[in-house]
Amino acid sequence: MKFADFVSREAVRADLTADDKESVIREMAAALLDAGKIAPTELEGIIKAILKREELGSTGIGRGVAVPHTKHPSVDRLVGTVGVSSEGVDFDSLDGEKVNLFFLLISPPDRPGDHLRALENVSRQLRDEQFCKFLKQAKNAEEILQLLDEADNNQFVS
Amino acid sequence: MSEVKVQRTVIVTNPQGLHARPADMFVKLASRFESKIELVKDSERVDGKSILAILTLAAAEGTRLSIEATGRDAEQAIDALVELVAQNFAEDETLC
Repeated sequence: MKFADFVSREAVRADLTADDKESVIREMAAALLDAGKIAPTELEGIIKAILKREELGSTGIGRGVAVPHTKHPSVDRLVGTVGVSSEGVDFDSLDGEKVNLFFLLISPPDRPGDHLRALENVSRQLRDEQFCKFLKQAKNAEEILQLLDEADNNQFVS
Repeated sequence: MSEVKVQRTVIVTNPQGLHARPADMFVKLASRFESKIELVKDSERVDGKSILAILTLAAAEGTRLSIEATGRDAEQAIDALVELVAQNFAEDETLC
């Protein structure tokens, strides 16, 4: 699976202002709402579900990366977005580091395979230090999208 | 002090596959052991103490994985890790 298969381009944010776990999740969910990817009536439910998942264990998987996610019946395909925080957010990460790169995923409950393949793509690409570094330095959404496209074209992973 | 290498094959049986939380549980358990832990899926071999590495396997339900441990406590490590996978990572199906 490629980034282009699940990242909503209009919901990508290079300038996250949130400085804690809940507000960063809210900020990214709002971006998906603005992009028309999730319904206004479902917004709160989705945010609550993502926060509940975080309570089970942080999705801050290390290297300044987090993949907050949930299954939700209101989406009929995998919906995701990417956010970058230059300041970094305390996300209770597994390695204790602040998180700069967020990949938020909402998947239909009956499609666990898609969720796994999206996680696979995110984790494989992020193992490349250059890709991580460039993403963290992205100044605007266009730069993030360009990096995601380059990753999709295998320019980072040999 | 002898270096032991132990290998065991498991099949991922939880319907959600080896997603973020099971991978986290695997890494936390693996990291309690001194032995080097590796997971092998087909021709891919990854560090069993790295969550990013494990997620790159995208191991769905039914995937056959080989767990390999090398070190003084390899036997204990394998026993514990196989048990974790066998118990479906104590997964609560209502949450993911």
